[in-house]
Amino acid sequence: MAACAVLKPVRASDILAQSRRREARWRPGLSAASHSEVFASTQDASGAGAALMLARDALTAQARVRRSDPLAEVDDQRQILWVQDREAIRLTGRPYAQGLPPDLRRRVIHVAAKSAQDALFALEEGLRCRDLAFVMGEIAGNPRALDFTASRRLSLTAEKHGVPLWLVRLDASADLSSARMRWRVEAAPSAAPRWNADAPGDSAWQAELFRARMHPPGEWILSDEKGSLRATEPRKHPAAADIGNLARPTVGRSLAAL
Amino acid sequence: MPTALITETAHGPRIDAVNDLGRAAGATPGMMLADARTLCPDIAVTPSDPTGDLDFLEKLALWAQRWGPWSALDPPDGVLVDVSGASHLFGGEARLIEDVHTACAARGLAARAAIAPTAGAAWALAHFGAKIGYSECILVRQDDAMRMLADLPVAALRLDSNVLTVLRRLGLKSLGDLAAIAKGGSGLDGNVSEASGRDALKRRFRSKSPTANPLIRLDQLLGKVPEPLLPVIAQTMPLVQRRLMEPIRHRSLLDQVLSDLAADMARELEGKGEGARRLELGLWRVDGEVLVRKLELAAATRDAAHITRLFTNKLEDVDAGFGIEIVRLRASWSEPLALGQGDIEIAAEQHGTSLAACIDRLTVRLGPEAVRRPAARASHIPERAQVWVPPLDHQLASQGTLDFYHRPLKMLDKAEVISVLYASPDGCPQRFRWRGKVREVVRVEGPERIAPEWWRERSSVRLRDYYRIEDAKGQRYWIYRHGLVDDGRGGMPAWYLQGMCA
Repeated sequence: MAACAVLKPVRASDILAQSRRREARWRPGLSAASHSEVFASTQDASGAGAALMLARDALTAQARVRRSDPLAEVDDQRQILWVQDREAIRLTGRPYAQGLPPDLRRRVIHVAAKSAQDALFALEEGLRCRDLAFVMGEIAGNPRALDFTASRRLSLTAEKHGVPLWLVRLDASADLSSARMRWRVEAAPSAAPRWNADAPGDSAWQAELFRARMHPPGEWILSDEKGSLRATEPRKHPAAADIGNLARPTVGRSLAAL
Repeated sequence: MPTALITETAHGPRIDAVNDLGRAAGATPGMMLADARTLCPDIAVTPSDPTGDLDFLEKLALWAQRWGPWSALDPPDGVLVDVSGASHLFGGEARLIEDVHTACAARGLAARAAIAPTAGAAWALAHFGAKIGYSECILVRQDDAMRMLADLPVAALRLDSNVLTVLRRLGLKSLGDLAAIAKGGSGLDGNVSEASGRDALKRRFRSKSPTANPLIRLDQLLGKVPEPLLPVIAQTMPLVQRRLMEPIRHRSLLDQVLSDLAADMARELEGKGEGARRLELGLWRVDGEVLVRKLELAAATRDAAHITRLFTNKLEDVDAGFGIEIVRLRASWSEPLALGQGDIEIAAEQHGTSLAACIDRLTVRLGPEAVRRPAARASHIPERAQVWVPPLDHQLASQGTLDFYHRPLKMLDKAEVISVLYASPDGCPQRFRWRGKVREVVRVEGPERIAPEWWRERSSVRLRDYYRIEDAKGQRYWIYRHGLVDDGRGGMPAWYLQGMCA
């Protein structure tokens, strides 16, 4: 009898609301999950690019919420921490300030960790810091140090201190992890720029959200439209259809001659 | 009204001190009261209080530190203050003496003050200077002390009374007489050497104690022999107490009061930079009983929880009676204890670390080279245009980049060689092999030509033609052709992949 008195009455409408919230499809402009993982290949910078784009989108959402608070800082000038392990640096390079989005150019602090352990340490210390906008990590492969315990540790720290973590997993298999959202990202052909149709356009990625706590899985084409994130359904993307037409014939020589 | 302070002795009451009226009537310190009564029948008598006097003198010595950094007692009625290098703060020695007189008069004290290079000379001037007609009792180092003080009586040497008697019987009345013998040269036959004069005095007064040896005292007065003094240092005992609104009778309430007191004590001790070695807890009961519990600690501490825990064991047998109304905690022995660092870990757990603390932690573990910030440098060569600087250094202003210069998100530490199929001599790349895979170039933009920095580099360095490319899968890169076919700086140009676009 006593146990029954302690339990809160659960109404059907609550359950319905919760499930509806959980089933809401992911879309740009939502606030960030505390711990997200982005799986990408080391063949290009799509992992870092997409993670950065998603992080900035979440920051914008956060700023929108802040703007309603009259006492909040208008201009977000918090630093971001970008941690890479040695293998990630070797395979995909270091961030290049001039290529970063203009609002982040002067706000990046880079940590070059020697091993995955050091990288995890740096990530955790970064998540504990109240002066950071977000922490970005790039770890190559599936190192032994990054097991479920380590992942859970990062999640809890991120949740406790409210600093989002974007962990890019390069050439990694999706092992056990406590990340709240897990993305798989590949480069996607970009839309043709208006003035030079032959040039590469704004960055675009094919992103698959394959595990999320609050959202059903789904696939999108994410693209960078003048600094803001745009998500379209895969088949509606304009450039997706005519990839074959853009390939030009090779002239004269074959690759065997190179 | 003539008044005397007396002490009872075996032979009857003896006078310790008299006031001016009593002195005028003929009473002197050291006289038997009965003798004084015959001279001045209406003399009033009060028992003297030597400990009280000493107590007052100690307080006076502390108060006198307003004129100098430290002071020493000179019982029964004197205070020595070291004013070396402090007199200019009062406008010179004369003004300092004036200030002493004013301040003492304001407190109702009759004072004689003197300033001299040595404690002995100052004492002599203060006690006997007025008698030989010095208006201002100031002796500076340049003065010939012996010549100025020659007229003072030998009593100015702070000697015991029996020694003074001997000197009087020897006919040595003034400092000048004594000094003449000690110096030699002015003996009766006129040829007594210095050594023989000193030797005579030394043989006569063999005592090592300064108060019994006029030679030592004379040397101290002239500054030839050091005279150590014991300074008076103010020490306050940290004390905290609670006067309770309602007498407490229960143990739980007492524990609460105790922990409050311990916290107060810890704060008090922290302010002084000390830790307690001995603590006394006094409990005043309503019925007048006082219970005292003492605690000795192995090492200086100011940990409130620790103190509380230790006292709790000692309070088992306390009988509160009708209640305890005052609880007082006193640290009767404390030792310096440096301020310890607070628990950073707990603070960090609760509020997060600051950026500086975060950088410190990272730097300590990973090394200063691992934690850096990219900064712009004035150069056209892409890898030179970015330098890595310490993260919290001031960021220099730099020229902005033009929007149509598309730069990659990431740059490889070392550009990787690729083999490229392109329309010779300077056409766009069409297909390339990188990391063992052949890729079709679908979109291309370029070239963006970046010439070598001739003012810095050798003349044989080749130019670079950069292309932004996208392959069939949409992967975007930044590659360059190093040189031209006919630039005369090498053979066929090589291709490199340097950056990866987002």
